[in-house]
Amino acid sequence: MHAYTEKIREAAQRLLADKKVDGVIGFRQGTIPMMSEPVFIRHADQVHQLTWNGFCGVNLANYLVKRKDRVAVVAKGCDSRNIVLQLQENQIRRDQLYILGAPCHGMVDRRKVWAFLKGRDPLQATEDGDSLRVSGRDFEEVVDRQAFLQDNCRICTHRNPVIYDELLGDPVPEQAGVDRYEDVRRVEAMGSEERWRYFEDLIASCIRCYACRNACPMCYCPTCFVDESRPQWVGKTLDPTDTRTFHLLRAIHMAGRCTDCGACERACPMGIAVRQFTKKLEKDIKELYGYEAGVVPEGRPPLDTYRPDDPQDFIK
Amino acid sequence: MLTIFVPKDKLPGLIGRIMDGARVFAPVRDGDGYRFRLLDRPDKADFTYQNTRLSPKELIHPPAETMFSYSLKKGDPKEGILEEVPKALGKRVVWGIRPCDAKAFQLVDINFITDQVVDPWWQKRRQATVLVGLGCAEPCNTCFCTSVGTGPFDRSALDVLMTELAEGYLLEAVTDAGEALLAGAPEGAPASGSTLSEARSVAEKAEKSLPRLFVPEPLKEKPMTELFQAAFWEEVQFACINCGTCTFLCPTCWCFDIQDEVHHQEGVRLRLWDSCMFPLFTLHGSGHNPRSQKLQRVRQRFMHKFKYYVDKYGNGPACVGCGRCVQYCPVNIDIRRVAGMMTASCVCPT
Repeated sequence: MHAYTEKIREAAQRLLADKKVDGVIGFRQGTIPMMSEPVFIRHADQVHQLTWNGFCGVNLANYLVKRKDRVAVVAKGCDSRNIVLQLQENQIRRDQLYILGAPCHGMVDRRKVWAFLKGRDPLQATEDGDSLRVSGRDFEEVVDRQAFLQDNCRICTHRNPVIYDELLGDPVPEQAGVDRYEDVRRVEAMGSEERWRYFEDLIASCIRCYACRNACPMCYCPTCFVDESRPQWVGKTLDPTDTRTFHLLRAIHMAGRCTDCGACERACPMGIAVRQFTKKLEKDIKELYGYEAGVVPEGRPPLDTYRPDDPQDFIK
Repeated sequence: MLTIFVPKDKLPGLIGRIMDGARVFAPVRDGDGYRFRLLDRPDKADFTYQNTRLSPKELIHPPAETMFSYSLKKGDPKEGILEEVPKALGKRVVWGIRPCDAKAFQLVDINFITDQVVDPWWQKRRQATVLVGLGCAEPCNTCFCTSVGTGPFDRSALDVLMTELAEGYLLEAVTDAGEALLAGAPEGAPASGSTLSEARSVAEKAEKSLPRLFVPEPLKEKPMTELFQAAFWEEVQFACINCGTCTFLCPTCWCFDIQDEVHHQEGVRLRLWDSCMFPLFTLHGSGHNPRSQKLQRVRQRFMHKFKYYVDKYGNGPACVGCGRCVQYCPVNIDIRRVAGMMTASCVCPT
């Protein structure tokens, strides 16, 4: 059992008993390999359900928006950055939250494991330190966990929660020497036609299920632009124009707000690399404003403040 | 009925010959998964797949289809008249469909072809389609077909059942259409007794590998309001993010939206997949939404499959246990677990 599991249960027990919170948002054991399910625990007799492992990739900040109650929430580095953004955007108040910070070693990408297994069906997956053990009907593989992390985890530089009330373990060393934007530079280097083709191919298999949007803790508009029906802004067909409009507008709404938590990409049933849209925006915000979304709780984000020395040369 | 054995290297020849007279759809490699596609070459079909990511319902019920076109031009003789847009409704064969996915077509037939109303395109496509099933020798860990009244070698919705054997395929005609497809095939030979028994043992092994996780039958007798008001929906709904993954991947989810798109003075009327997970699905013109809460939407999906459909049609449940929603739900909501709670006879998956 992961060391955090006991700590999460202990904290949940204590916080519920002391009536500090109305509930605890964490994970419980999933029903299939390499998945854990978000769960809301209200009573002390349910805290044994809470668990922690490398399959807790869902961003739990997604369950905080516009809550009325007081909750404890388990937060990885990325989840905590999204909480900071939600506080800045007044989606929840700090006094409603008790943050159980989880220094994170990265989350397993089950798609990478599926690809490695080449059609063999995993029945069980367990972790042991740096290794991941996956077994099925007539096979067992032990692999280096690091090689099967979500793409965003492999380049993450904020594994430790940036905001918390207590930590579930010692801070983990942040990854050094990470090149976060190698893929973005590759796209930037393309000619405009090639780049257009690249993004068209990327979203060709989109089925417009909106899992990417709904998995995102920052997508909380009361009515999303794609759901506006009077008047309707975006067509609902699978015509490239409609699909493209959805993806471009979704991405642009993330400018200066995306933490690259990977929730969108993780949720996509079609395996579309949707982070390719938001990463460029994230890179621009960093290069133009020296800003990383959700890292600093104080102050306002660059795109909702005006400064005379703001860069302007990109406005054409 | 006609039963033949086709060696592995002869199967593309058989499919190729059938491609001369019909459009043939089959599972093909598509990115990191599989999808049913129109074959342009018989050897593109890949029968090593376990399950396609999207169900083949898109072949009968396209995700976005133009039904009619019209003109808004003043004085145009066609002004305001809906004209049917031609569709490809000619003969086709779906080669290698899983028995569960074929069963799903039967379940949806009951909804789209009724005494009162017939969906003309669903019906025409169904009538024009011959289903060659591929028995499921190694069901996935998310499969639960035997819990919902079908099975890995269920032939009841197929025209031909194909079983993969060590050296080739056993093809068994189930209907007259299936028999016509196989009749006189030079690629095949009459199946020997040992071939038949090999096929039988493949099927038995697969069936045995699938435990019955829950028994849906008692749901028929259970009062609807009791299920509707059950306390467990609160727990079930928490993790749901209300995306359309489960419904869009599901072979039995049939709901659609109708939209008009007008460009200048030309318009089209479209039919588009819709999802009960979306708030817009039930938004009334008045602004009222009878399912404005997530809990209501989540409950709807499960109640429709396991209770409303069953009560309305005396058939079902409207689930074939393909496991796609289990595999691809981004937050691990597991229909097997929910069905277990509904039937209160849960043997939770391990």
